Amino acid sequence: MKSDWRSHVPKLEELARKNGLDWSRVIFEAVPDSFMTEIAVYGLPVRMPHWSFGARYIYQLLQRHMGYSRLFEVVFPGDPGRAYLAQSNGLADNVLVTAHVLGHADFSKNNMLFRRCQDQGSTQIIEHAAGHARQIERDIEAHGFNAVEQVLDAALSLEQHVDLDQSLRREHYPEYMPDKAQPPDDAFRARFATLDQGQEVAPQMRKQRAPLPPHPERDLLWFIATYAPDMESWERDIFLAVRDESFYFYPVFATQIMNEGWASYWHARLLREADFIPEEVYLDAIKCHSDVVRPVASGEQVALSINPYHLGFTLWEDIVKKSGVEAARRVMREDDDCSFVRNYLTREIAEEMGLFRFQRQQNGPIKVVAADVDELHESLLLDKYNFGAPRVSVAEVKNDGTMILQHDTQLDGRGLDAERALRVLEYIKRVWRRPVILKTVDANAKSVEFSSENPGGASS
Amino acid sequence: MSADSSKGEPDALSGWYDLFSRGSRDWLRHNEKIREAVRAHLPQIVSGGDIISDGSRTVRVPVRMLEHYRFRLLNTGEGQGVGQGKAKPGDVLGQANPQSGPGQKGAGGKDKGGIELMLEFKVDDVIDWLWEELKLPNLQPKSGATEESEWKREGWDRRGARSRLDRRRSLKESVKRRALDEDSPAFTDEDLRYRQLTRRRQPALRAAVFFLLDVSGSMSDRDRQLAKTFFFWVAAGLRREYKALDIVFVAHTTEAWEFSEPDFFKVTGSGGTVASVGLAKVREIMEERFDPSACNVYLFYASDGDNASDDRAPAGAELERIAKAARYSGYAEITAGVRSAPSETTLLFQAVAGAGLPCSQFSIAGPDDVAHAVRHFFTVESAADKAGAAP
Repeated sequence: MKSDWRSHVPKLEELARKNGLDWSRVIFEAVPDSFMTEIAVYGLPVRMPHWSFGARYIYQLLQRHMGYSRLFEVVFPGDPGRAYLAQSNGLADNVLVTAHVLGHADFSKNNMLFRRCQDQGSTQIIEHAAGHARQIERDIEAHGFNAVEQVLDAALSLEQHVDLDQSLRREHYPEYMPDKAQPPDDAFRARFATLDQGQEVAPQMRKQRAPLPPHPERDLLWFIATYAPDMESWERDIFLAVRDESFYFYPVFATQIMNEGWASYWHARLLREADFIPEEVYLDAIKCHSDVVRPVASGEQVALSINPYHLGFTLWEDIVKKSGVEAARRVMREDDDCSFVRNYLTREIAEEMGLFRFQRQQNGPIKVVAADVDELHESLLLDKYNFGAPRVSVAEVKNDGTMILQHDTQLDGRGLDAERALRVLEYIKRVWRRPVILKTVDANAKSVEFSSENPGGASS
Repeated sequence: MSADSSKGEPDALSGWYDLFSRGSRDWLRHNEKIREAVRAHLPQIVSGGDIISDGSRTVRVPVRMLEHYRFRLLNTGEGQGVGQGKAKPGDVLGQANPQSGPGQKGAGGKDKGGIELMLEFKVDDVIDWLWEELKLPNLQPKSGATEESEWKREGWDRRGARSRLDRRRSLKESVKRRALDEDSPAFTDEDLRYRQLTRRRQPALRAAVFFLLDVSGSMSDRDRQLAKTFFFWVAAGLRREYKALDIVFVAHTTEAWEFSEPDFFKVTGSGGTVASVGLAKVREIMEERFDPSACNVYLFYASDGDNASDDRAPAGAELERIAKAARYSGYAEITAGVRSAPSETTLLFQAVAGAGLPCSQFSIAGPDDVAHAVRHFFTVESAADKAGAAP
């Protein structure tokens, strides 16, 4: 009897290829559960040290001990991709997980968001991140633990504040304003220039320095790394290393529902078609599948959350049923979670899944509220915008080096949590080394200003 | 089901993965940071301390997980989200958890605000921090007339008891010798070095502290708790300085009794306050058991200050006699608020301090003041040291 899941991998791969899946080579590896926990906490097998990961680690351990979460696999996109399988997985689990991993690998090779971030960054994110971690270890040796931790405090707290529309390796801003004195190159000018004028007409315009930044800049990690007045070069490198990793994390974050749904769709389908799998293994695998894509609430139950695997899986099944695999592949290439949910979560599916919108007041009741499907979409996607972070941009750097941050309260609809904002300003100030001011609004929509120089509170 | 998945696979690497312990490493760093944070809030720890008589005990402090701050939207106390199951508009699905904000909804399980840890701190450590943080000068104990002799390690010799062989030093000698002559044996008797002991005479560092507590009817449980906390930290602080510290517990109302420590804090009395009785008892015990010339005597008195007014003269006389013999006398007034006029007992201590004797008073209105009181007494005390040392 073949008890080793590895023997099924080539056959599953062949089946996947026949079904049109297209992926870069994936290296499978079974690792201890403790290592799986660490991957889940750090997001990467080897990553820079920081105490905040320690807090998450304990949380994750507690969850595991209480049996809340079980990790079967983690996949890292790239060429080759890497899949880590928990050693505690059974044979059936691993057959399912292998198929699941192929779905992820197909997704990350073809989805445009993933591709863009991989083109910019690296197809070897694991090695890349390990390189950052090693560099930071060296920094710790050279500059001391506290100095490095201080930089990481600031950089990691701004992890989400990157601009994915910009290139990973950005150019500096132009130093001078575009020269408006340069006349447009047209026929009239050409003719005019030939006339004898007797004197100089065009006044000598002096080059004007461009303001910093020339436009509101939401790539805070890049901006600070590039324009901080007094930052050491190793500190800038840490900021850029964190930014590098954010470019990797963004597509993972922004396509979670699609990506997990896609992988679940394919593991279910490949398993159905895999006639080479022994029956008892198949049954166990299907049981495992239904655990993974199970709705949080079944029967008469009600839950205040949804299972993204279940949502994604349901949507993909529907798309394939209605328009076929080719259309589904196009959606997979072009969408992210926002467009995916908005375009394909229909009224009917929402009703079938029993989705509802709820509101709660502090110390008040949690109420189910009527919501049309658009409102449902927005409710679902609320945490997805802007990498899940408030929109904060650099508005201005004053002559004395003071950096003014502006929070886009219009888009976010409300202000920022004062205490946290002040703490973040403190983190930033230690690397910016000049005052940092943040403009936002308070609970009454009045504008307020937080300053790193006044850690007590706000001034309006 | 989970057993044999790893069978037969090239397993050379999996042992290597077991070596990863980044999670634990960062967790230890997290805890270290918590300790730093707690250390920054010493008055709160100090106020939570329970009276403990031996120095090895610990205080337990509940702490929350540290948060790595990020920009977050204002918590308006309202939340929303998408749920799933059998529910229709208008249904009430229970009560929102007061602690959970909008950040906790949905699949986001990142909010760890709910986890509380209990950290234990050694009392000795806390005392050390307290001294550092409060910038308390170390006391200059008065040397007593009696001396103690003690064996101390001092120097090395080529002969000695086997048990005091200093291996590191012997090895050094061997290395030195072999550097000159490579062919010589690894060790010879000439290499061996033994630690030597000598007898040192040291001034005695003895102290006795009297804790005098007013247990009259006007002292509430809260007042007593504050006094207890205050005494605890004073004792811990003195213990830092003196090898041998005798603690005497005296409680008084209109009468005075000596108690053992466990009983001391359970005593409830009734009736009025006559400070002179308590002070007289302290003086008696002091004269009986402790020779002020050989022993550093401290008195700390805790009361709400409502001494009977006709007791001022006798109490003043007693206090003066104690203050002359003692190294220092302190009075901690437990008040519920700000007094408009100084209390009877405050006046008493002020009068004696005015006469140039080492004593002072401080008022404790709430738990956070305990640390300030400790600081006050120990800085004043050491200032008295300097003043005393100058002439």
